[in-house]
Amino acid sequence: MTLKIVASQCTSCSACEAECPNVAIYEKNGTFVINPKKCTECIGHFDKPQCAEVCPVDNTCIIDESYPRYQAAV
Amino acid sequence: MDAATGREELGGGGGPVNLDAVMQQVAEHKGCGTQGGSGKASCGSGAGQGDLPTDIWEKVKNHPCYSEEAHHHYARMHVAVAPACNIQCNYCNRKYDCANESRPGVVSEKLTPEQAAKKVLAVASTIPQMTVLGIAGPGDPLANPEKTFKTFELIAKSAPDIKLCLSTNGLALPDHVDTIAGFNVDHVTITINMVDPEIGAKIYPWVYWKHKRYTGVEAAKLLTDRQLQGLEMLTERGILCKVNSVMIPGVNDQHLVEVNKAVKSRGAFLHNIMPLISAPEHGTVFGLTGQRGPSAQELKALQDSCEGEMNMMRHCRQCRADAVGLLGEDRSAEFTTDKIMEMEVNYDLESRKAYQEMVEKERQDKVAAKQEELETLAGIASDIKLLVAVATKGSGLINEHFGHAKEFQVYELSTSGAKFVGHRRVDLYCQGGYGDEDSLETVIRAINDCHAVFVAKIGGCPKNDLLTAGIDPVDQFAHEFIEKSAITWFKTYLEKVNTGEIEHYERGDAEIRQGALIAAQ
Ligand code: SF4
Ligand code: SF4
Ligand code: SF4
Repeated sequence: MTLKIVASQCTSCSACEAECPNVAIYEKNGTFVINPKKCTECIGHFDKPQCAEVCPVDNTCIIDESYPRYQAAV
Repeated sequence: MDAATGREELGGGGGPVNLDAVMQQVAEHKGCGTQGGSGKASCGSGAGQGDLPTDIWEKVKNHPCYSEEAHHHYARMHVAVAPACNIQCNYCNRKYDCANESRPGVVSEKLTPEQAAKKVLAVASTIPQMTVLGIAGPGDPLANPEKTFKTFELIAKSAPDIKLCLSTNGLALPDHVDTIAGFNVDHVTITINMVDPEIGAKIYPWVYWKHKRYTGVEAAKLLTDRQLQGLEMLTERGILCKVNSVMIPGVNDQHLVEVNKAVKSRGAFLHNIMPLISAPEHGTVFGLTGQRGPSAQELKALQDSCEGEMNMMRHCRQCRADAVGLLGEDRSAEFTTDKIMEMEVNYDLESRKAYQEMVEKERQDKVAAKQEELETLAGIASDIKLLVAVATKGSGLINEHFGHAKEFQVYELSTSGAKFVGHRRVDLYCQGGYGDEDSLETVIRAINDCHAVFVAKIGGCPKNDLLTAGIDPVDQFAHEFIEKSAITWFKTYLEKVNTGEIEHYERGDAEIRQGALIAAQ
């Protein structure tokens, strides 16, 4: 699994971008998106996904169920 | 500023740039050379050094953020380079306004540090009175340290005469004090709404610190500790610190007296207590829960009760994080990113200096006029204190038409002189969608605690309605200095009271208009 950003809720504040340990977050068409290939749910770095911790809008950085659990190489 | 009050600090957010708003950070300084008055509380907007140490006076005298008086003559601007924030405030809705501080700022466009530097040069070349550049969000400048300091670096290089300041919620402040000192930052504004974590828990739902989100009392404790530590570190290094507080009735209103003591004892130089802005349509937590803001008299009473403790700032307009402007003029449309990028900027230090010398001369004339008039008050004894409103476009003159005023400056008159105590915005009411009748009512509500309103010009209809409401419309001092005219009028008023021609009475309360000062469309 990875996280994804609900584009309709994103305020484009960019707070998540700076906190991602894997540089998985980037700006696209005015909102921010997560590259699923790079996201590790922050496992190995932090207890909680950093994007969700710092995002000012609740339930905007959420689990993307369409990916299998933690596919990135450890 | 401020910023923790919604992104304001001075921190609001985005549409067109508004120079008016930019100017608003001016604060009063204390001991402003009142003559023959009751002493400490009478500094209003005087231009004198008073009892400020010379090194501080040198820093503040031309700074629009320090005194209402300087605010008439100099401008500041904000650049919106810092969108991210590291805490959440209940008076801020970043979904709409990108501001983590109390003002409902809305920025039209985020800027890169390079764009911001170009914008500063463009504005400073066009507006020679622009002397101060502030970064106040729309998030927290110190939650975006690379962008904030890169902007400072570029401006220090290309426009060395411009003063730099920043506004922060304080969470990350202790980590950046050395960098701030290294850039010679002129002053820092910290938004401090509480020193008691139990109260803080009602204002801040969470803070994000060292990769973890904290909530409740724990979050507030962390925040207040870091804020006070940062304040101490700055004042130890001789950096001027202003504190912004958002007055939230029933939550921290009584407590702000304690906050005032706490920040004063740690060396803060100025305290700006701002009213909560919480209209439901802003979508903030406080807006949605129906938390009200203070009335004009509640705000003034709190500011007055803190005044003996330290300098109070009264001219805050809670401007947006991209505000640009001089009082009473809106230059926003000239400085959108598109236009700036095309502009040929010719930054001429010498002509800026020459212009500022001219401004300084005008300012000294104004001070002299006021002093002369004050001396004529010397022999008069009276306990009467009253408020008057003034329509002005700046330069310390009564030079605005009643119907065009976007705000009124409010002065308290007593036998110790004229003291600036605040401003009342009326801009939105005068814009489309409202009939003249409606807008007049709202103007009257905004200055309902005033005995008179000084204007350059006023039509017959509003004149009669004002008289009916008990407010004297005064147009005989058109284009004259505010304080001198107010004192002259007050003398006549006292004479009439003494001869029994009129009877003095107390007026009621007034309404604070909700919303940030924005550019007229
Ligand atoms: S969960 Fe962690 S790794 Fe994934 S995008 Fe968010 S911050 Fe980056
Ligand atoms: S922190 Fe949230 S609101 Fe801000 S850019 Fe990231 S997803 Fe969007
Ligand atoms: S007027 Fe208030 S909101 Fe605006 S910049 Fe100054 S302190 Fe901040």
